[in-house]
Amino acid sequence: MRNVVKFALALAVAGCVFNGAAQAASAENGRKAFVTHGCWQCHGFEGQGSAVTSNGAVLSNTELPYEAFEAFVRSTNRAMPPYREAILPSADLADIYAFLQSVPKPKDVSSIPLLK
Amino acid sequence: MRSKDSARDESQTKFNRRKFLAGVAVAGAAVTAAAPGAKAATSADSPTAAPSPRPSALRPNAAVAAAETGTPPELKHEGGKPGSDFMVDVIKTLDIKYLPCNPASSFRALHESLIDYGQNKSPEFLTCMHEESAVGMAHGYFKVAGKPLMTLVHGTVGLQHAAMGIYNAWCDRVPVIVVGGNDLDAAHRPPGVPTFHSAQDINALVRDFTKWDDTPTSPQHFAQSMVRMYKTAMTPPYGPVMMSLDAGLQQEPMRDYGGEKLYIPRYVPSSPPQGDTGAVKEAAKMLANAERPVIVVDRAARTPNGIKLLVELAETLQAAVVDQGGRMNFPKMHYLNRPPNVIGQADVIIGMELSDFWAVVNGYVDNGDHGIGFNESKIKAGTKLISINSVELITKSNYQDFQRFQVVDVSMPADAEATLPALIEAVRSAIPDSRKDAIAKRGEAFRKASANGRENVKKAAAIAWDASPISTARLVMETWNQIKDLDWSLVASEGNVSNWPNRLWPMEKHHHWLGRSGGYGVGYGAPASIGAALANRDLGRFSVSFQSDGDLMYAPGVLWTAARHKIPLLAVMHNNRGYHQESMHVQRLANFRNRVVYNGNDLAALGTSIENPDIEYHKLAQSMGWWAKGPIKDPADLGPAIKEAVAVVQSGQPALLNVWTQPR
Repeated sequence: MRNVVKFALALAVAGCVFNGAAQAASAENGRKAFVTHGCWQCHGFEGQGSAVTSNGAVLSNTELPYEAFEAFVRSTNRAMPPYREAILPSADLADIYAFLQSVPKPKDVSSIPLLK
Repeated sequence: MRSKDSARDESQTKFNRRKFLAGVAVAGAAVTAAAPGAKAATSADSPTAAPSPRPSALRPNAAVAAAETGTPPELKHEGGKPGSDFMVDVIKTLDIKYLPCNPASSFRALHESLIDYGQNKSPEFLTCMHEESAVGMAHGYFKVAGKPLMTLVHGTVGLQHAAMGIYNAWCDRVPVIVVGGNDLDAAHRPPGVPTFHSAQDINALVRDFTKWDDTPTSPQHFAQSMVRMYKTAMTPPYGPVMMSLDAGLQQEPMRDYGGEKLYIPRYVPSSPPQGDTGAVKEAAKMLANAERPVIVVDRAARTPNGIKLLVELAETLQAAVVDQGGRMNFPKMHYLNRPPNVIGQADVIIGMELSDFWAVVNGYVDNGDHGIGFNESKIKAGTKLISINSVELITKSNYQDFQRFQVVDVSMPADAEATLPALIEAVRSAIPDSRKDAIAKRGEAFRKASANGRENVKKAAAIAWDASPISTARLVMETWNQIKDLDWSLVASEGNVSNWPNRLWPMEKHHHWLGRSGGYGVGYGAPASIGAALANRDLGRFSVSFQSDGDLMYAPGVLWTAARHKIPLLAVMHNNRGYHQESMHVQRLANFRNRVVYNGNDLAALGTSIENPDIEYHKLAQSMGWWAKGPIKDPADLGPAIKEAVAVVQSGQPALLNVWTQPR
């Protein structure tokens, strides 16, 4: 139980940190950081994902809260290799999150003749 | 300067070259009968010409000059039919339609016989610029035509070039007949280059990944071995075969074998190995009584009939089918075609011609401590496993294409397609009446899941639809839009376009999807797609490929072969400007080591990008006789360009579009 409380507190702190960072977060810088840090390689330049390199996960317009997004990026033990602070500064990660939120929402399938 | 086409210099040979051809006057034993042209060249340097001041460096004498710069001296004609003519007689009985080949001196006699004595028909010589291209073409051709091609390679350097293609064919269970020229007689073969290009046992280089090889020592031996090679290659599991063919045996005339008449053995196909009756019944009982049976297939459908049989089995059981795509096994839009995650709920899994059963039921996550991966099971405890796999019959030791060992409950080392009729009958007999309603309900659930799945795939395809570089989903669907009304065949899909064709195109015929390289040796896509397009050309079909950048650059000369021999193919490039798989690998390792990847001035890790400068593939293709356009970066330009290219291909020419794409 104590650990759960600690984790919740940590998330809250992280959230505060992001709230601060989010104000400064730049989608434009995030687009560059998304490329510089190699995220595009598995997730595509628009965060669209791939059935073969991101197991279908789509990052653009992600509904993950920033805290969960950051926690996953820092400590994933699944197919994605972890990005720690030493190689992906928190400011860059916040920018990347802002960029992903800024990607235009996809068109409705019914509006694309080739997908009807 | 001597080339690899240097003539055999047999001027010193005054006796029969080979004991087994005793009685034969040696071909070219007396090169004194030089060609008229050679005589004329020689006379200018004749020692009988007027004396001149002695130079500090002696000029070559006439014989040396002729050997170094002249055409090969005409060989003294010996009576009798050349051995290589008889070899052509043998080859013609096997009805091999084409011979993609890069020329070389070690099989010059057979080459000459094929095009002159054999009139360049069955097989027709196709000029290739790399032995790997020749094998790749044969690989792709078989997967459409169902018949093997033969290639000739220089015994050492040519076979070394061909080796990766042969390994791909081995892993993909495709027959390719490889004949390597080799000059065995060390005492009489020419020194220098031809000796560099000779070896004791050239077949050793590929023995680990060929089904059978031989080194015939007489014309009759050749006839037996050639027919045996064909028969072995064409008996499932299919595979490449190799012959070392002595240059002397090709060149020398036939002799009298003491009155024994040479004969050509008749080729009679072997029946494929079928599963044991008891094992078939046991498997059928398990499947009939399963709550959630799953059928997993990789190279199960060797022929179009294999697809029909798999549909019959799946519908009888109303079982989910996971098609791993080694071949076109199961119609993609069929409601029982399901994604791999159905494995997790299965209580019985039958795997047919799987290249890796272990990986069907286990996962490997490349993300453990220090970057070392870990394993995890994908199935429930107690899940029963059944295997039908002919490859168990030809397992070898060295190369690890047999993958990890997986324990199964019923193991049939047999050909899946040949076993399916008996299995279907056994399943029908084994289904108890009490289970028929439950089986029907299972099917209804799959129909709903299938419809939902298709909608989700379309939604995923819509993301980044207007992006530049162009999304792979858009690339694939713009292509589909232009070919959907034709009798099309997707002959290769290299560089990974996120499997969009298999997820969005209504593939149902055997030639709609040909599978991949088998051994994942990069460089397969370009030659295999051209070989497959050759087979489709003869059948009146339209061939299309998704051609990756890295794959094309291994041996781009095959583009010229397509233009030279009028092989129509639409190659739509998935040009992501890198060896992208390797970019991700380096990134992964850098992350584990807490280091920032050094990219230089490129997009991805140094050594993995193909940019700075960008390769203008359209110009490369144009230079070799293709119609080509590019680079296409705006998705709005793609559809019209493909339409134009389709018209070109329909006129009989190959066409390439250089399209800048998203990474996957």
